[in-house]
Amino acid sequence: MSQPTTSLVQRGARLATPQAQLATLAAIDLSKTRHQGNFATALVANGWQTLTPTDLEIFQINVGKLCNMTCRHCHVDAGPDRIQENMNRETIDDCLRALDQTPAHTVDITGGAPELNPHFRYLVEQCVERGKHVIDRCNLTILLAPRFHDLPEWFAARGVEVVCSLPHYRQRNTDAQRGDGTFEKSIVALRRLNAVGYGQGDPQKRLTLVANPVGAFLASSNASVEQEWKAGLQKHHGVTFDRLIALNNMPIARYLEWLEESGNLQSYMELLVNSFNPGTVDGLMCRNTLSVGWDGRIFDCDFNQMLNLESRTPEGHSLHIRDFKLQDLVDRQIGVDRHCFGCTAGAGSSCGGALCM
Amino acid sequence: MSEYYNPDHLPQFDRIGEGSPELAEKFFAYYGAVFAEGALSAREKALIALAVAHTVQCPYCIDAYSKSCLQQGSDLEQMTEAVHVATAIRGGASLIHGLQMLDQVNKLGM
Ligand code: SF4
Ligand code: SF4
Repeated sequence: MSQPTTSLVQRGARLATPQAQLATLAAIDLSKTRHQGNFATALVANGWQTLTPTDLEIFQINVGKLCNMTCRHCHVDAGPDRIQENMNRETIDDCLRALDQTPAHTVDITGGAPELNPHFRYLVEQCVERGKHVIDRCNLTILLAPRFHDLPEWFAARGVEVVCSLPHYRQRNTDAQRGDGTFEKSIVALRRLNAVGYGQGDPQKRLTLVANPVGAFLASSNASVEQEWKAGLQKHHGVTFDRLIALNNMPIARYLEWLEESGNLQSYMELLVNSFNPGTVDGLMCRNTLSVGWDGRIFDCDFNQMLNLESRTPEGHSLHIRDFKLQDLVDRQIGVDRHCFGCTAGAGSSCGGALCM
Repeated sequence: MSEYYNPDHLPQFDRIGEGSPELAEKFFAYYGAVFAEGALSAREKALIALAVAHTVQCPYCIDAYSKSCLQQGSDLEQMTEAVHVATAIRGGASLIHGLQMLDQVNKLGM
């Protein structure tokens, strides 16, 4: 996984389109796996006739695909070349108007590198003013760019939770997935966050790390892993954090490309399907989350967003944040497909981490 | 049978129960309990298993515990160090017997 990459779109790669990704997943022979690799069948077999939403708690906004990095496992296919797909101010205001109609207590801002959106600070301010808990999904390295030097303090003053990607607490694996030098930069960024009070148990300055497996295996769900990370980062780098979330990699976009190229696609999908854990269904993030894309379209989750699987009303209409009505969301069924096995494998995986221990 | 080792045997390990279901059940229950999180973490146990797998030179176990170590959060450096621990003990175990040789030589020689 050590070669640097570029976005699928930039390369005009076969898997650049959601249709090609869905077709690739559909073409894998999973007839020998449990439920023949059919997610809806797996749900029905475990007493879930349909997947429906619970109360809306998290309002997730993906402000764009622009990113300073091009990680090998990126399910967004983000990168420095993705300058077209970024949320404009009008859509951000549409999001805020919609937010006011929902009971959501948390606004989860993601990307790309969401900080690169010119309206990012405006969005955060507006959400904080509304008394929402704000999460910034941060790739850490962005904090080293000169115009973002003040961000740790700026976040601290507003109680923003910083959720950072760090594939591993040791250098080799982090650089393999995210590019050479990433680990060192990430450590510098973490130290800056620590310096303004993040990662020291203060709920107003919560520092969460997100780990993805560096390869074709599942995320670890053991509580002891967090202790190992804490001890390792403290001992070798003097860095502290509050909690660790381990997420499975989703077979979408660049990770899907890597699976295919490395010859791991078949076995990884078999692993996901055979590790289906019914205990994870109740807590799937698509049930309490709404996901808005850069262009204002509404999705059940960030993964469906990347696969262009829009949320639909019972009548089959797609939804846009401009015409937001909470009832449309309440009445909908969540759209599922093969990639969903990534969320239910092992201890499960959502933006909040393992779904059951 | 065209080969001594067959990767398909690993996921079919439970077929060993055909000859004695009762012993197989006892073994697998014991095996599961051994690898559960305990005074040692599941990650530490997987690293020990990886080292032992290299000592007993079992390709099935090397396959299984390479995967398990990665999934439990170990990286290549840590796993390589575990294999070197196995190697050092194997090498040391041979070499310490050199003192038996030395005693023999000293006794027999002039
Ligand atoms: S994984 Fe995150 S940091 Fe990496 S390219 Fe994708 S959006 Fe950027
Ligand atoms: S990918 Fe995961 S979160 Fe999204 S709809 Fe499927 S199960 Fe739900």
